[in-house]
Amino acid sequence: MSSPVLDKTATSAGSSPKPILSARNLIKTYGRVVGLDGVDLDLYPGEVLAIIGDNGAGKSTLIKALTGAVTPDSGEVFIDGEPVHFKTPMDARNAGIETVYQTLAVAPALDIASNLFLGREIKRPGVLGSVFRMMDKKKMKERAATSMAELGIGTIQNMGQAVETLSGGQRQAVAVARAAAFATRFVVLDEPTAALGVKETGQVLNLIRKVKAKGLPVILISHNMPNVFEVADRIHIARLGGCAGVITPQSHTPTEAVAIMTGATTLQKG
Amino acid sequence: MTAIQHQPPTSAAEQFAQRRQSPVQRIQHLLHSHPSISPFLVLVVSFIIFTVINPRLAQPGNVSLIFQQVAVIAALAIGQTLIILTAGIDLSVGALTILAMLLMARLAANNGVPAILALIIGIAAGALGGYLNGLLVTRLRLPPFIVTLGTLSIFTALALLYSKGQSVQASRLPGLLNWTGKVISIGSFRITTGVLMVVVLAAVVAFILNQTAWGRHVFAVGDDIEGARLAGIQVNRVLVGVYAGAGLIFGITAWVLIGRAGTASPNAILDANLESITAVVIGGTSLFGGRGAIGGTMLGALIVYVFRSGLSLAGVDDQWRVLATGVLIIVAVSIDQWIRKVKA
Repeated sequence: MSSPVLDKTATSAGSSPKPILSARNLIKTYGRVVGLDGVDLDLYPGEVLAIIGDNGAGKSTLIKALTGAVTPDSGEVFIDGEPVHFKTPMDARNAGIETVYQTLAVAPALDIASNLFLGREIKRPGVLGSVFRMMDKKKMKERAATSMAELGIGTIQNMGQAVETLSGGQRQAVAVARAAAFATRFVVLDEPTAALGVKETGQVLNLIRKVKAKGLPVILISHNMPNVFEVADRIHIARLGGCAGVITPQSHTPTEAVAIMTGATTLQKG
Repeated sequence: MTAIQHQPPTSAAEQFAQRRQSPVQRIQHLLHSHPSISPFLVLVVSFIIFTVINPRLAQPGNVSLIFQQVAVIAALAIGQTLIILTAGIDLSVGALTILAMLLMARLAANNGVPAILALIIGIAAGALGGYLNGLLVTRLRLPPFIVTLGTLSIFTALALLYSKGQSVQASRLPGLLNWTGKVISIGSFRITTGVLMVVVLAAVVAFILNQTAWGRHVFAVGDDIEGARLAGIQVNRVLVGVYAGAGLIFGITAWVLIGRAGTASPNAILDANLESITAVVIGGTSLFGGRGAIGGTMLGALIVYVFRSGLSLAGVDDQWRVLATGVLIIVAVSIDQWIRKVKA
């Protein structure tokens, strides 16, 4: 079987010269299992970069290595050109990188405002905040409502509503709103539509566009080709722990992307 | 490999989602937002029924007695609530309280340690015991049930070894340690300083849980520990804080217990572990963590003692009280399971 070679080359979206995030030659092994096999990745300001790949292609490990959940064995990560070494997810958060995990990381029994500010609660001014450690619940609710409205999630009115009473898409919206509200560099979304129906998926894709419109670059990990081709500016194809290439929705079709992803086709790196 | 397409939801399903709620669903929603309603109703209804059976129940003297009886269990249940909110359980509450109590009583009575110092050492020992539970739960990653089952035996044995099974008699206790038994008359009600202390303790812990970030984190850890960790909460620090804080409460309870019992006996409050868990569960706090309230726990503790007093005044065998408590526990957990399934 000969595999055809695609001669189209991927170009980075926009003319932004300096990437906000670059990873160079990331390697991560788990015993004899290779998680990352020398991966390079660039994220440019204002773009949605999708990462696609088959199960076990190294998508998750790559994301974990970029957000501090996993420390790569070797390789370098640069934020705005400065080398960084994230040891924990908190380090990445402190650098302005927010991740929405597939498991959402929300506390279902707590209300929306509490979830948005979980771990970053606003204290009341004066003695009530400093001595009595009181939270400013009113301010948190107001800001939560603002963040949700910014992303066009107007259907949820009551910020005091428990997250577990929300639909899957609304919960995802809460998690994305939290990320968008606190991220200063970029947002990572891990399979945000995996558990959603078509209508809710459409809402989440809209959220992604809104986050992008706010000026925050987005890294989107997804299996779903139509979704990826709908919102992504560039598509990083993970394969066997490495990168099979970076394409754009304009340069390739979803079928070609799947072919590259599965190894039926190889992309000539230019 | 093909991309997976989701089936679109039908408009019928959307209509179904917007249907009017049945009365039962509305009750489910109400209980979901206000879980303390059911214990409150149980308390009021049982109080009324028992008063109809025997009006002596509602007399100030009897109500005062109920408050004095419930104080120790209510105090333990406050600490137990904190732990159960994190989806944990503490079987060592009674043993730790007795150890703290014997320590403060014997240091003061037998070793000539100043009462205030003995008190502080006793309370600190409670906090230390809780801290030990917390360390074992977080560092060794053992289930709280196993950790506290172990420390239950350890604390009990330490208490008996230290006291040689001997009680400290009331006459040998300094006034400070008995201060919690001091009676205060409010009208025809006679409550003790110990009761007031428990009320204040409940108010303080309720404030911390509802108004501070740390309180939010306690709920979040019990709700979804991985989610809390990913949200940037230092989960282990919160858990150790909860167990140590609960231990501190058990140390204070030891003081209340001396005032209530008048003596410091190693055989006091043998049922305390289960009774404190009972109060928490009847009070609407979920054994699965993440939801509950101190107010509900206080109601739960009161329910148990209103049943005790009411059934005894009704001239019924005490075993019916035990039976009724068992039924209440099962009903309370069933209600919790039901309201957890609430949908938007």
